[in-house]
Amino acid sequence: MEFKNIGYALLTIFIVLNYGLILQGVVRKIGARVGRRYGIRWYQPYIDIIKNYAKRSTITHGVMFYIAPVFRLTGGIGLLLFMPVIFGSDIFGNFSFAGDLVLVLYFQFFGILGMALGAAESGHPYSAIGISRGLSQVTSFELPLTLGVLAVAMQYQTLNITEIVAAQQGGFMNWTIITNPFAAIAMLIAFLGAMGRSPFDVVLAPQEIPIGPPTEFQSGLLGVLQLNRAIFPAAKLILFMNLLFGGATNWAELILKTFLIYMWPVFVGTVFPRFRVDQSIRWFLTVPLIIGIIAIILI
Amino acid sequence: MKEDFKKRTVISPEGKPIEIDPLKDYFSDAKPKVYKPGNPVIEKFANWARANSLWVLGFGTGCGAIEMRPLMTPRFDAYRYGIQWRPTPRQASVFVVSGYLSVKTLKRVVRTYEQMQNPKFVIALGSCTINGGMYWDSYNTINRLDQYMPVDVYIAGCMPRPESLLAGFEKLKTIIKEGRGEGANTYAEKFDWYKANQKKIIKDWDMPDYNW
Repeated sequence: MEFKNIGYALLTIFIVLNYGLILQGVVRKIGARVGRRYGIRWYQPYIDIIKNYAKRSTITHGVMFYIAPVFRLTGGIGLLLFMPVIFGSDIFGNFSFAGDLVLVLYFQFFGILGMALGAAESGHPYSAIGISRGLSQVTSFELPLTLGVLAVAMQYQTLNITEIVAAQQGGFMNWTIITNPFAAIAMLIAFLGAMGRSPFDVVLAPQEIPIGPPTEFQSGLLGVLQLNRAIFPAAKLILFMNLLFGGATNWAELILKTFLIYMWPVFVGTVFPRFRVDQSIRWFLTVPLIIGIIAIILI
Repeated sequence: MKEDFKKRTVISPEGKPIEIDPLKDYFSDAKPKVYKPGNPVIEKFANWARANSLWVLGFGTGCGAIEMRPLMTPRFDAYRYGIQWRPTPRQASVFVVSGYLSVKTLKRVVRTYEQMQNPKFVIALGSCTINGGMYWDSYNTINRLDQYMPVDVYIAGCMPRPESLLAGFEKLKTIIKEGRGEGANTYAEKFDWYKANQKKIIKDWDMPDYNW
């Protein structure tokens, strides 16, 4: 490995972080406009992060309490750095390697496991409820997601995301969503659960367990979680763009495609009310799972 | 004092008897610290961020809470001024005490206020928090909130309209930007005086003196 790759990786993280923060602000603004409000300023997420880092006091509940936000952020950054952000680019190709598809699937799970340790140490009952809900929901939507990803991997006979993107080049008729629609549908439904927006926001559940896992986190620790909340969705969007929508060869294409993919959970979220936790988990184990099995059988 | 908070001896899983003092073991009894503002240039920037990102913890007691809800609706929409609601005291920076406080709720207000992180600001909503309002001679409500915790902004009225609440938030912003929002430090400096006032009112004091 060359040292300049570290610089390139930091550059990728910086760009994706800013894109994620702006995306967060813009999407909340769209949500507000749907509710006929003016909404927050688009740069409000930046101010919130600065304010949280500017808090003067911090309390702790132990070592794991400190490490949990770091684990969470590692999950986001790991997901981002092990796949090609821009296809065919030396700078933004990152650390994509032969088996990165499997690693990326595990990075989705990594963050919430770290949060589970930290939230358990904070001792707050809402944190524990939120974490148990989060883990069960992640487990249930992993099934259709993994079936879809395996179908895609079998279709292209590779576990390398760069090769999957390369196979989809040359017009939109080569995209996986056209060539392998069942796998794409199973993955896109699982994507709704992965983004954690309504109707699948059982983890943060604002009306029930006020904020779920991060209840006890404050000041800089919450700041780290907020950074992750910007990077992680952006990384997931890039992953789905790579697997289903032919990747991107430049930043403008990436921004256009990921923004449009993000509108899928946003529109579903503004239209549908929230599922209860048992409903959401059961639902993932019915229709999406069957579509995933069909995708595997048909391939 | 409640039965749960008394000292007792229990048998540990290894079979040895151990002493448990819930107030010492489950809570911290460390006094609050004074955090002096740092470098003036950085502090000015931080104050700008604090003023533009007010995370509100609403303590709804009676009618006051009803005047706070409309701020989230399209008609008033406080979000455009950087005001957002937060369900937990750990993450909130503005504590809105809306209306009269009975002796029982004062206890919860004190605990909630102490769990918030420095710097924290308090908005007292309605006449009841200034002089007791229509409950001034009631047997179980307090009259002046600022004897129990430092208050940054009072919003007078019975009840004040949501517009005046918005004006109060704007006033709080100017106070923070001028660097005068040091209520948390005031509380730490005059801690003994505030604690004595609180204990005068709350007879069944069954919590540690400082529960962060």
